[in-house]
Amino acid sequence: MLLITCPWCGPRDETEYHYGGQAHVPYPENPADLTDEQWAEYVFYRDNPKGPFAERWMHSTGCRRWFNVLRDTASYEVLAAYRLDEPRPGGTR
Amino acid sequence: MTTESLPEHPDWLWRNPDPRPSYDVVIVGAGGHGLATAYYLAKNHGITNVAVLEKGWLAGGNMARNTTIIRSNYLWDESAAIYEHALKLWERLPEELDYDFLFSQRGVLNLAHTLQDVREGMRRVSANRLNGVDAEWLEPDEVAKVCPILNVSSRTRYPVLGGTFQPRAGIAKHDHVAWALARRADEMGVDLIQGCEVTGFLKDGDRVVGVETNRGRILAGRVGLAAAGHSSVLAERAGVRLPVQSHPLQALVSELHEPVHPTVVMSNHVHVYVSQAHKGELVMGAGVDSYNGYGQRGSFHVIEQQMAAAVELFPVFARAHVLRTWGGIVDVTPDASPIIGTTPVENLYVNCGWGTGGFKATPAAGWTFAHTIATGEPHPLNAPFALERFTTGALIDEHGAAAVAH
Repeated sequence: MLLITCPWCGPRDETEYHYGGQAHVPYPENPADLTDEQWAEYVFYRDNPKGPFAERWMHSTGCRRWFNVLRDTASYEVLAAYRLDEPRPGGTR
Repeated sequence: MTTESLPEHPDWLWRNPDPRPSYDVVIVGAGGHGLATAYYLAKNHGITNVAVLEKGWLAGGNMARNTTIIRSNYLWDESAAIYEHALKLWERLPEELDYDFLFSQRGVLNLAHTLQDVREGMRRVSANRLNGVDAEWLEPDEVAKVCPILNVSSRTRYPVLGGTFQPRAGIAKHDHVAWALARRADEMGVDLIQGCEVTGFLKDGDRVVGVETNRGRILAGRVGLAAAGHSSVLAERAGVRLPVQSHPLQALVSELHEPVHPTVVMSNHVHVYVSQAHKGELVMGAGVDSYNGYGQRGSFHVIEQQMAAAVELFPVFARAHVLRTWGGIVDVTPDASPIIGTTPVENLYVNCGWGTGGFKATPAAGWTFAHTIATGEPHPLNAPFALERFTTGALIDEHGAAAVAH
């Protein structure tokens, strides 16, 4: 079971959280200008790395706030947990 | 139900050749789908200069990690067509391959526990019948006749309100299926190469011309990817982005018991699916872990929930012991339907996104993927399952009939 640290509530079991997929996926700036391919990219295509992955989690049985987690999808090590207004630690995106 | 003994192994299964410098077709992934593709490339299209490359050992990935359920009771026409084609192939494969892999058509029950489940189930039975798929709606007392150990009392947390039943569905011995396909493919000249990991792709402009492996370069006229959980990792090395997310999906088996469970029982709502293997283990699965992962293990709370559901549905299981748990990595698409077809890279083809349900499709995946690779064009059965559907919006939303939450 994953041990994830909510930025507000501290470390809690995975079962307290809801998973929200990839983090840092911005809504298109000019939606009306998007091609079908760009819409497909925005709606359906997400990164799926084997290694560090920035993803969203929500503390659904706690403070009910969304935050981001940097987690290794191969080792399941939680590398960092940070607020939505903070950048991904140590790197791009 | 009678207990069948396991079939004898043939004297030999397959050669273990070193890779040759070039092939007409290279298939990446020697799981069920890769092996079936090679088999049908040889049998249906006469293409035998084929290598199937496997980074681990033959059929050691999801083929060795699934719950072996075979059924075709999907909702949409496109899915019913391809899964029913698979079921028809399953029905003749043991004889065709001359290998008894214990295909047992003991039926599958998909239980309904809520009014919405009931409506969805009845709708799916009607849709199945219109598509020539055998399906019946059963009331709780009829469910109990099919599977007497099921608790259909109204005094449970989620009472069984009925269920769909597909009598032709069943299970097969997964390892033997792989070995049967491998033996025939090998016999027809296909090279099955284990311990051979594809690390990159050789390209000439926008065309793939071979693969880089840990055992050297291998040239290929065409390359087909059948790597299940690792499809997107592999495709990315060829410059192709796939709309799949990889999740752990776990299963477990109990110790051996006498035959008590005559069919396959699945429940979307309380989320467990159970059958009894030929040797006597109770084989159980649940949903995927919510998060992305490649670790081939799942979260403990998922097992806890599936066991709680199993014991409520089957009180007789309360004292059964878990013998072993394991996980596979499934590649999940946004509409819970597979992707089989061409890619933006010429001569590179992809078969992926089967999510939690690839085993049952094994022969049809191989049949249609072989056709696509051999002709460069999709077969009518896999044409709707093209990558383009995520751009056109022609999705095949099978989250309901996929039966496993993903």
